[in-house]
Amino acid sequence: MKKEKTTHTYNFIWGFGAELLLLLLGAVLSVSYGSKQIPLTEILSFVTGGDVDSFLGAVIAARIPRTVFGLLAGASLGISGALMQSITANPIADPSILGVNTGASLFVVIGIAYLGITSGIGLIGLAFIGAMLTAVFVYGIASVGYGGANSMKLALAGAAVSTALGALVNTIMLPDSHVMKEFRFWQVGSIGGGTWEDVRLLLPFFGVGIFLALCCGASLNVLSLGDEMAVALGVHVGLIRLVSAFAGVLLCASVTALAGPIGFVGLMMPHLVRQLFTGDMRIVLPMSALGGAALLTLSDVAGRVLGRPGELEVGIITAILGAPIFVWIVWKSKVKSI
Amino acid sequence: MKHIAEENLKQILDRQNRRATLCVILLAVIVLLLGCGMLMFGNTNYSMAEVWSYLLGKGSGSGAYAIGSVRLPKLVVGGLAGFAFGVSGYTFQSLLRNPLASPDIIGVTAGSSAAAVFCILILGISGAVASGFAVVAGLGVTGVILLLSGRGKAFGSRMILIGIGFQAMLNALISWMLLKGSEYDVGTALRWLRGSLNSVQMSDVPVTLVVTVITAGLLFYCNRYLQMMQLGDEYATALGVPIQETRICCLLAALILSATATSVTGPIASVAFLSGPIAGRIAPGSRKTMALSGLVGVILVYGAELVSKNVFSTSYPVGVITGLLGAPYLLLLLLNLNKKGEKSA
Repeated sequence: MKKEKTTHTYNFIWGFGAELLLLLLGAVLSVSYGSKQIPLTEILSFVTGGDVDSFLGAVIAARIPRTVFGLLAGASLGISGALMQSITANPIADPSILGVNTGASLFVVIGIAYLGITSGIGLIGLAFIGAMLTAVFVYGIASVGYGGANSMKLALAGAAVSTALGALVNTIMLPDSHVMKEFRFWQVGSIGGGTWEDVRLLLPFFGVGIFLALCCGASLNVLSLGDEMAVALGVHVGLIRLVSAFAGVLLCASVTALAGPIGFVGLMMPHLVRQLFTGDMRIVLPMSALGGAALLTLSDVAGRVLGRPGELEVGIITAILGAPIFVWIVWKSKVKSI
Repeated sequence: MKHIAEENLKQILDRQNRRATLCVILLAVIVLLLGCGMLMFGNTNYSMAEVWSYLLGKGSGSGAYAIGSVRLPKLVVGGLAGFAFGVSGYTFQSLLRNPLASPDIIGVTAGSSAAAVFCILILGISGAVASGFAVVAGLGVTGVILLLSGRGKAFGSRMILIGIGFQAMLNALISWMLLKGSEYDVGTALRWLRGSLNSVQMSDVPVTLVVTVITAGLLFYCNRYLQMMQLGDEYATALGVPIQETRICCLLAALILSATATSVTGPIASVAFLSGPIAGRIAPGSRKTMALSGLVGVILVYGAELVSKNVFSTSYPVGVITGLLGAPYLLLLLLNLNKKGEKSA
């Protein structure tokens, strides 16, 4: 028994170490790689305040906020996915599958078209309201009837709501070429435009979301034993669900509002962590955060490599990476026949 | 006692059949009326007599152009596409035994759309080549989804889930191509993505007609097997239905049907999805439900086209209207379906 525990601890240390390494690699590559390659030594001397060529310095200074933003966004998405999957007890919960992204899109389009909102904070608010309402709505529809919200019902409810809201988005967007122009840039998830301003906007949401998520971790473990058991063990089931759902939507909505819809990051990371290490939410949450951050920055770098001389938006890369993983999850979770 | 029960059953069946036949006739009349409406109303309204003379080729000038080259192709292609979407949607829904499993929800049309957008925006070609490409891509994507869904009992559920996953990925690709495409083409691609009759021409008619007749004919032939398969695979086998063959045959025919329609008009939202349930509601439990679904599809397309041309100041593509019509119904259906699941389970 004791031995088993130590091997587990070693596993976690290895896991965290590997993730940190990947994260560091992603961050360094993200700063050094682009239309102008920057050698590692230059970056090091820039960070330590040494002497750097002024042009290279400017390039580095421009790439750092993008990298930081990518790390924060990836971590948010990873945690948000882990939370959603845990509270819905559903392996395929992800903002892009549940239609939450389309809900955010609808509100953003309304904001651009009718309310004349273009500021980051305004769009965050709108995307947040849209994402929250859609999440509640989809989950509500899926949980009606026998068996609660199982994978099948959630996915179908998400796809159906997505279709419905997509029609509304198009109705608003089509007659107005100005809206179309603004919106089509928003609709592809990208961290290419990340600035310190975006990082500042994201940070408070990130902080609150992560704090709430980590607070709920232990209770979520108990919740996975079933509601009755959780109540018997003294957990406020409703409260925990509410708080963690709030945190999950807060995290993904703020990223969606600033970067556009980036799918599948929240889907992939928690599964990998659960598969490789453990189902303990206290470990899954931080590991998903680190992994999500690493995944998003590395995908961003991959997008720059593949899309030369321009770049491929990170939302595309994660979608292409995510689809096979999604198929794998569907197979693994052994959906029952209709 | 047994005798009475049999008598009752027969009566019920007869009544259902009569009702279905009546509904077919009624819907056909509505289709005719709406069709006439489509020829008569628009930017300029024409009387029935004028329309008739233009159709016979007697008139000339702007009216002849408006009716012969704009409204007539819309009427014919729109009708064919509506019928195709209705029938193929119904087939998918019956085959997978889930009212939500229509081509536009499980990612089949997303494959065609992505291919067409790729042609228009990246390769800069449109027209017949793009259409052909869209059909092939739609079939290809579905083939991959089918392969990945494996076999056995969970085939249907897996296919739906994997289809939804594919749709999410393809939609991301479409948004990306829209972003990279030149601004001038984006409008075309977007309108096309939502399903529109605005760019159809008389030259689209022959291919669409032939494909629709062949595949829909095949589906109508397989219909009786399809009905028996509703009872469950075990019963169907006992009744002598070649299950595997029927399934493959129907799936392929429905796919080709919907992919072809999509390649001409774009995915007209919700038509495939709505037609089956509406038809099932007005005439439940009949073999004619397939034909009814086709007619409902036509009515939806015609109705939406009439509304978009005559009610709003902006001429929306027909798919936006059907999407708006479909949205509330879709949600209601979803709720009802989940509730019903409780009773039967």
